[in-house]
Amino acid sequence: MNKAIHMSLPDATTPTDPSANIVSVRGITKFYGSDVHALEDVNLDFPTGQMTTLLGPSGCGKTTLLKIIAGLLETTSGEVMVKGKAVTSPGPERAFVFQDFALLPWATVTRNVAFGLELTGVPLKEREAKAKSYIDKVGLSGFEDKYPHELSGGVRQRVGLARALAVDADVLLMDEPFSAVDEQNRRKFQEDLLHLLSVENKTVIFVTHSIEEAVYVSDQIVLLSPRPGRIHSIIRPELDRSSSPDDIRRDKVYLDTVEEIWGNIREYLD
Amino acid sequence: MKVAGYEIPPVFSLLIWIGLWEVAGRMDLAFILPPFSSVLGELTTLIVRHDFLAAAWQTFQAFAIGMFFAITGGIALGFIMGTNKTANSILGMWVNIFASAPLSSVVPVLMLLFGLGQLTVVVIVVLFSIWIIALDTYAGVHHTSNSLKEMGRSFGANKTQLLFKILFWAALPEILAGVRLGLIRAVKGIVIGQLLLSVVALGRMFRTFSDNFQFEEFWALTLILFVFALLFSTLIGRLESKVEYYAGTRD
Amino acid sequence: MTTTTSPGVVSAESSEGTAGLKLSGLQLRLISIVGFFLAWEISGHVPISPAFPTFSGTMMAMFEMIFDGSLFLAYFETLKPLLLGVGISAFFGVTIGVSMGLNKKSRWLWEPIFVVLQASPVAALIPLITYAYGIGITAKTVAVIILASPIIVLNTYKAVGNASPVLVQMSRAFQGTRMQEIWKVIIPNAAPVIFAGLRLGVAAGFIGVILAELLITPTGIGDIISYNRSIAKYPHMYAAVLSIIVFSAVMVGMLEKAEVKYFRPEKKRGQ
Repeated sequence: MNKAIHMSLPDATTPTDPSANIVSVRGITKFYGSDVHALEDVNLDFPTGQMTTLLGPSGCGKTTLLKIIAGLLETTSGEVMVKGKAVTSPGPERAFVFQDFALLPWATVTRNVAFGLELTGVPLKEREAKAKSYIDKVGLSGFEDKYPHELSGGVRQRVGLARALAVDADVLLMDEPFSAVDEQNRRKFQEDLLHLLSVENKTVIFVTHSIEEAVYVSDQIVLLSPRPGRIHSIIRPELDRSSSPDDIRRDKVYLDTVEEIWGNIREYLD
Repeated sequence: MKVAGYEIPPVFSLLIWIGLWEVAGRMDLAFILPPFSSVLGELTTLIVRHDFLAAAWQTFQAFAIGMFFAITGGIALGFIMGTNKTANSILGMWVNIFASAPLSSVVPVLMLLFGLGQLTVVVIVVLFSIWIIALDTYAGVHHTSNSLKEMGRSFGANKTQLLFKILFWAALPEILAGVRLGLIRAVKGIVIGQLLLSVVALGRMFRTFSDNFQFEEFWALTLILFVFALLFSTLIGRLESKVEYYAGTRD
Repeated sequence: MTTTTSPGVVSAESSEGTAGLKLSGLQLRLISIVGFFLAWEISGHVPISPAFPTFSGTMMAMFEMIFDGSLFLAYFETLKPLLLGVGISAFFGVTIGVSMGLNKKSRWLWEPIFVVLQASPVAALIPLITYAYGIGITAKTVAVIILASPIIVLNTYKAVGNASPVLVQMSRAFQGTRMQEIWKVIIPNAAPVIFAGLRLGVAAGFIGVILAELLITPTGIGDIISYNRSIAKYPHMYAAVLSIIVFSAVMVGMLEKAEVKYFRPEKKRGQ
């Protein structure tokens, strides 16, 4: 059964105009060494101002794709376009949120949040003021002088998020940002993230292995199939975002989309 | 490092250093440093000399006996510290003090108490190596996951079974690391001890060579000790790598 | 001591709350120190050997040497080459270690030689030092350097070579340059292990300087030991040895405290 070539595009009106897509990837193929085939001919568009999720079972190359977009990994072939220009290294228009937070253990919350600005040479006063405003925005007021080891997983990831927001990039790349956060905090964090993004007007590319999380947060879900990673299908959940979080999680469209995706993924698990 | 497309193993960089030694020796940069080739030549005659073989055998005996006591004693000490909090707070302090103390200062005292012979050398071996073995064993026992111990107890293991079927194996990577470090320290200790004693075995040979300006012989003897020390620690390292896959993190 | 036996106690965590005399760790340590000195005093009175003075006699000798100033003078003589040697080893050792951690060619060149020096009894070379450097402070400093530098180099190399890949990637993702990556991420990340290496270097250097004083240059604290041994003033000799053990324990303890305080904020809470 060759599911990899099956492409379902539920919404035929998906924008294809290049100016509407802040990030595009064309023909990405990635080998690790000579025998591990991680990605095969991946073509994708990421619409400006929207949240796109890369979803798939382990081994489908979703984190590899995200790190290629970030410029942290090189492609074997194919290219990444950001705002119409091909990129091969990290740039100021993209900011990364790491799965295991990647906070400096010897630095306070303030210095960690300001670290991206510190690297680009923003003066101390200015970057601390900016860090402070984002610390407040992600709900960490009062934690400014704490060290990472004094914080829980959820709070640490809020620091990671504030650091990414502080550099004022247009695109936020998030690599399974909630996988090391416990379930209760994760839900709260998801809600806060959606709220924050509605204010900040960012394009987000989000990697997760949680189907519920993907459906709950995304405008567009890219389902990847494993070994080598290919695009299986693209799904756009039509959720009414104005209703309350609890209503969304009980919504029929939400539940049906989760089931549909699960149906697609389970065939790879045998 | 790659030269002309070939990967050269790091060990070969030693050849560069040996080459530098040879050149420095030939240029007479320092009179205490004869060329490597003449040291090597002296080495071949030295290892068949009767006084060397006797001294080496005597040293090895002291080393083996001392290591036996250090390993059994160190492991026992480590287990006592790892399984009993009271014992740990008493013994931990002493073990830590002696593990980092400049033990070369204790050698003259040992010479007074145990004489100028083999017994003192054995005591020196034990004193130099037992503490690090105890510390590493303790770390291994201490870091054994609680759930592993609780698993043992929930399946009805008694104290002896818990000790020999779970704790010992869980701590094995750390114990072997401790034994390897202990061996290295013991070799250093035996050299320090014999140099200070200066009347037994290799120590007397070192003394004779340096007093008579026989630098080729002196370096040859040093080289033999280096090779011996490396051989031993590599051997234990091999053993260690077999159980490394479940070693805890340690620094 | 009867307080150490509490039947049924196997694992460390279950010894909490057992019946019997409860003493804090500090109290236990103090008791064990007092016990040790008491045992020393008694065996000194037996006596187990004519060359084994009592604890009280040793302490008297220690006070005598403290008050006539000879002990301080000796320590001054011993610590000068120790600090100088450790300082030189630290400067070159950390430089070489960092370069090994960052650069493959440097690693290829230096790693084997320092592994050999670390595993081998380099103390054997100390008698040769006299011929090259005489019996002054230079000889002692060289003795410290050859014993202290391998451990400093290897610890630095290990710390820098094992730099957290996640943090390095983070620095790159936020457009850090290679220099920023090294100075703002890799070196601070390695600092605790580098410092621990310096601590081990001090301990190794201490062995070296004492050995040099006993073996080749009769000065400093080593001279007090060998001189008093030769004239059979054993209490003074034991007092010097005891003072070294205590001194090194205090010094290493202080370095450990400094390490936690300045380099490991995550460990502070756990204490």
